[in-house]
Amino acid sequence: MRNAVRQGTAAGAALALGLVLAGAAVDAQEIPRTAGGRPDLSGTYDTATLTPLERPAEFGERLALTDEEAAAIAEGEPVALAAVFGIPPDRNVESAPPSAAPPVGGDGSTGAAGAVGGYNTFWMDRGTSAFRIDGQWRTSIITDPPDGRRPPLTAEARQARRALAGFFRPNTGAAWWLIENGPDAPGPYDDPEIRPAAERCLLGFGSTAGPPMLPVLYNNLKRIVQTDDHVLILVEMVHDARIVRMNAEHAPPEIRGWLGDSVGRWEGDTLVVDTTNFNDTPALGGASRNLRVVERFTRIDADTLLYQFTVDDPTVWSAPWSGEYVWPATRDRVYEYACHEANYSFRGILGGARILEQDVREGRVPETPR
Amino acid sequence: MTVKAMTTTTAAAVLAGVLAAGPAAAQPADFEPARLSNGNPDLNGIWQALNSAHYDVEPHVARPAMQLRQGPHSLLPDVPVLRLGAAGAVPGGMGVIAGGGRIPYTPEARALKEENRAHWLDRDPEVKCYMPGVPRATYMPFPFQIFQNENNVFIAYEFAGAVRDVYLEDVGPAETDSWMGQSVGRWEGDTLVVEVTGQNDQTWFDRAGSHHTNQLRVVERYTPIGPDHIRYEATMEDPNVFTEPWTISMPLYRRIEPGARLMDFKCVEFVEELLFGDLRRNPLPR
Repeated sequence: MRNAVRQGTAAGAALALGLVLAGAAVDAQEIPRTAGGRPDLSGTYDTATLTPLERPAEFGERLALTDEEAAAIAEGEPVALAAVFGIPPDRNVESAPPSAAPPVGGDGSTGAAGAVGGYNTFWMDRGTSAFRIDGQWRTSIITDPPDGRRPPLTAEARQARRALAGFFRPNTGAAWWLIENGPDAPGPYDDPEIRPAAERCLLGFGSTAGPPMLPVLYNNLKRIVQTDDHVLILVEMVHDARIVRMNAEHAPPEIRGWLGDSVGRWEGDTLVVDTTNFNDTPALGGASRNLRVVERFTRIDADTLLYQFTVDDPTVWSAPWSGEYVWPATRDRVYEYACHEANYSFRGILGGARILEQDVREGRVPETPR
Repeated sequence: MTVKAMTTTTAAAVLAGVLAAGPAAAQPADFEPARLSNGNPDLNGIWQALNSAHYDVEPHVARPAMQLRQGPHSLLPDVPVLRLGAAGAVPGGMGVIAGGGRIPYTPEARALKEENRAHWLDRDPEVKCYMPGVPRATYMPFPFQIFQNENNVFIAYEFAGAVRDVYLEDVGPAETDSWMGQSVGRWEGDTLVVEVTGQNDQTWFDRAGSHHTNQLRVVERYTPIGPDHIRYEATMEDPNVFTEPWTISMPLYRRIEPGARLMDFKCVEFVEELLFGDLRRNPLPR
């Protein structure tokens, strides 16, 4: 949706931002501060970036991209999007023209655009470039381990992941869990509670709410309002409001939340946020209730925050891992992302599975599941 | 706007609205609020209303349940809520409409409100965990938190994790309808005045079927009247359903207990059985 509002305004907005900052008499070397003298982190930020969380293996332990590599990533984005999300070339457009309903049974495509008329690239907003820190283009958000990839999973986590494999299987148009495992075998659509939190409108997908707050396919805006006692961080997707209590103690262990319990403190000019007390399924994929995340917010200039984080979940990863990326300020406003409006699509997901199961029971199984 | 029936009730509401319009009238002369560095009153904190407006903004005596049926001698709890017993009864209240009286609905809108109340379980958006809209969000039985600095005002509500960014600049008309609308704030003396437009037509004012359309315009006034109290006023206009503007007024109380905070109440997960339980692979008794 934001793309529609933005069309043709990106250059103008950038210019306006520059003027506003100039008007506030912010020296390039200075940063805005609160009346109390703390760096003022308040603002709206667009956290989209084409730099991936994990470093592509071809870069090895190389942290920096060359200018040429960064340019190639930016130029290749439309093609990359279409490939990654299975979007047919004729739907790879920058607007959302009216279109007829897809044919019964789907149009044969797969992925996020797949089969029954899903997204085209109009909906995608992964940003327009990799990000830079101190002028250096980056190959990955993860900086530690040195290969820019998450450390190996623990044995316990590997086992849990195998059990979840069916949840990541594309819909083939048949109740494969009955066909392959028998009529009484459990399936990935048996109950609402076993579906991912994003599907249930509990959290945005990926780890957009986090913590750590990581860039995702679209709706990457963050809104910060800072007071002396609290820092409010609004995550655009599913309107998740993280409330950081400053100089406070964590809630007792029985008090848990989808976003965990966040307490903050200042270390010099850096806001340090410590988050524990997560539910069993934090937004960060694969993490457990034992997750602990330390985030560091530093204003590096008048319109940019440096966001750094360390993830520690000994149940899941064999070592802590850390990353960083920048949050550029934006003049865009955060529109309401309600998500739960009776979640009609969720009825479709569960109801569709029931129909596929009935097909199997009554012998109407497609001979070759698509 | 067409005034279809000028009654004593609506006249009183108009008078009350006029009286309530001046922030100075609501603020004791000897109270000096805490202030931010730019001189604006400091409204930061966790606040909550303490009244029965979330059941019914109009004056009402206690009644047996939120959804009723006619019994042989009196109104009785309707079947789906019967087993809640006294825990499901509605406490009485003097109403929160300034000057007393009822919402100045047109006759057609009043009839829809009564129909809504009779079908409360099926129709109240609160039951399905929809975001509550304004002003209902303010006086639901949940706290909310104001985050305010010199340049920003943001309100987070415990119920459904609803949020409002109160823009302190002219951002033009709302570009689309939404559950919580578009809020634009300004200071009038020591009163924060927030105009809310662009709300959709699916939120209500209470558990008594009080509805509006997407032409609703709400003007809220937040005036500190003590270190731990805010006078909250909201004036509603909606030419589709109200014969004239009407105003609610109530105190908001600071949650002063140590450790007060907004708790998780996303509530989406609490209504999955209601909304989707019939589509479980093995449905439970319903």
